[in-house]
Amino acid sequence: MTLALYVPGPSPVHRTPAGVKLLALLVLGVVVFVVPTLPVAAGVLVGVVLVGLVVARLPGRLLVRQVRVVAVWAVAILVFHALATDLLTGLTTAVRLVALVLAAAVVTATTRVTALVAVVERLCAPLRLVGVRPARIGLAVAMALRFVPLVAERADRIREAQAARGGRVRGPRALVLLVVPLLVSVLQLAHTVGEALDARGADTA
Amino acid sequence: MRLRRGPAAAAAVADPSRGIELQGVGHTYGERTVLTGLDLRLTEQRIGVVGTNGSGKSTFARLLNGLVVPAVGSVLVDGLDTATAAREVRRRVGFVFQDPDAQIVHPTVAEDVGYGLENQGVPAAERAERVAEVLDRYGLAGHADHPAHLLSGGQKQLLAIAGVLVMRPARIVFDEPTTLLDLVNTRRIARLVEGLEQAVVVVTHDLALLDGFDRVLVVDGGRVVADDRPAPAVAAYRALVADR
Ligand SMILES: Nc1ncnc2c1ncn2[C@@H]1O[C@H](COP(=O)(O)OP(=O)(O)O)[C@@H](O)[C@H]1O
Ligand SMILES: [Mg+2]
Repeated sequence: MTLALYVPGPSPVHRTPAGVKLLALLVLGVVVFVVPTLPVAAGVLVGVVLVGLVVARLPGRLLVRQVRVVAVWAVAILVFHALATDLLTGLTTAVRLVALVLAAAVVTATTRVTALVAVVERLCAPLRLVGVRPARIGLAVAMALRFVPLVAERADRIREAQAARGGRVRGPRALVLLVVPLLVSVLQLAHTVGEALDARGADTA
Repeated sequence: MRLRRGPAAAAAVADPSRGIELQGVGHTYGERTVLTGLDLRLTEQRIGVVGTNGSGKSTFARLLNGLVVPAVGSVLVDGLDTATAAREVRRRVGFVFQDPDAQIVHPTVAEDVGYGLENQGVPAAERAERVAEVLDRYGLAGHADHPAHLLSGGQKQLLAIAGVLVMRPARIVFDEPTTLLDLVNTRRIARLVEGLEQAVVVVTHDLALLDGFDRVLVVDGGRVVADDRPAPAVAAYRALVADR
């Protein structure tokens, strides 16, 4: 799992309020879908890369890593369209995907999680009317971001331990052998996390 | 069923000189009795707890800040009953777990340290200031925006402790804080504990950590079987496990 986490910096992109950046992301998404042409998709891609590298001064490898994650999908889409419709549509769709992924990466890399969470909380504020506490939703989002890499790491440890004793690491049987201990480990972790939340005053929030 | 005390008792004024008192405390998980017959008064600055695996140390530690409410008897912190004043008790008694991964709940360092303050309703500006101060004091200042999962084991434990210290509790309970650490980080944590102004209760298998402590409890089979200065208590512990 590769989440583009916050890379601190003094740029105007960093200083832009999280809500504005999320809104911009939304608008970009709508634009590239409403106007599905290659020039628009390519223009957005170039714009996003410029904003990311030149304005926000993010490290190039951060963007490369994000592209690598979706490269397989982009190529698959390209090939599919080349065969099923035409190359131009495929190219447009693939470029659009990469552009949006990079735009999302630029937003998450220039915005603190707390700021993103605050926006989520504000958006969820109306749910207060039906008895949901927005702060809880915000905490859930932050905790998901925190624990995804941790759980992935535990899965790796379990896989290693099984491989070290000659176990298979692929196939349906291997998956079952991974999921069961992982679940046990995650449930134990969840129990202690619950206690830790209590110990740090979560119930008073 | 335990009787709920009236609001008058719950609102009793806290008296820090009373320390932590255990009165006729016992605890069971389902059928299983894990602690029995505990009558103690903990007022010293540095208290250690030792005992074999499964002897009940973690349950004992959790009693001290109300994470576990005793099945029988009561635990009073500064005179406040952990069963009825859990919130107030947890503000007074911080808790550091063995596995730092379980207590770091935010993705980056500074955000996680600020978490407890947010729960206490500390305003953002003061929060930022206090977080920066604590990160600086414990050598994490350069890591403020680091993803927590990329820290080393020692740094994670420092972060977990920083997240407790920033809340300025009067007492801190540590449950095996160095068990997962190497020698260098173990020493670092030992020095950190030594320098704390807070009163601490430390559950540990690292007997060297207990040097200079005021009092050490030896727990075995759910009972406190020795309660003394570190040297005689550790000797009693060694004698206890000698023929096992
Ligand atoms: N949540 C729980 N539910 C059931 N049994 C538990 C629970 N926590 C601990 N125990 C049991 O209680 C006993 C004492 O555990 P613990 O207090 O964790 O001891 P220690 O920390 O000294 O190893 C052990 O036998 C353990 O299996
Ligand atoms: Mg334990």
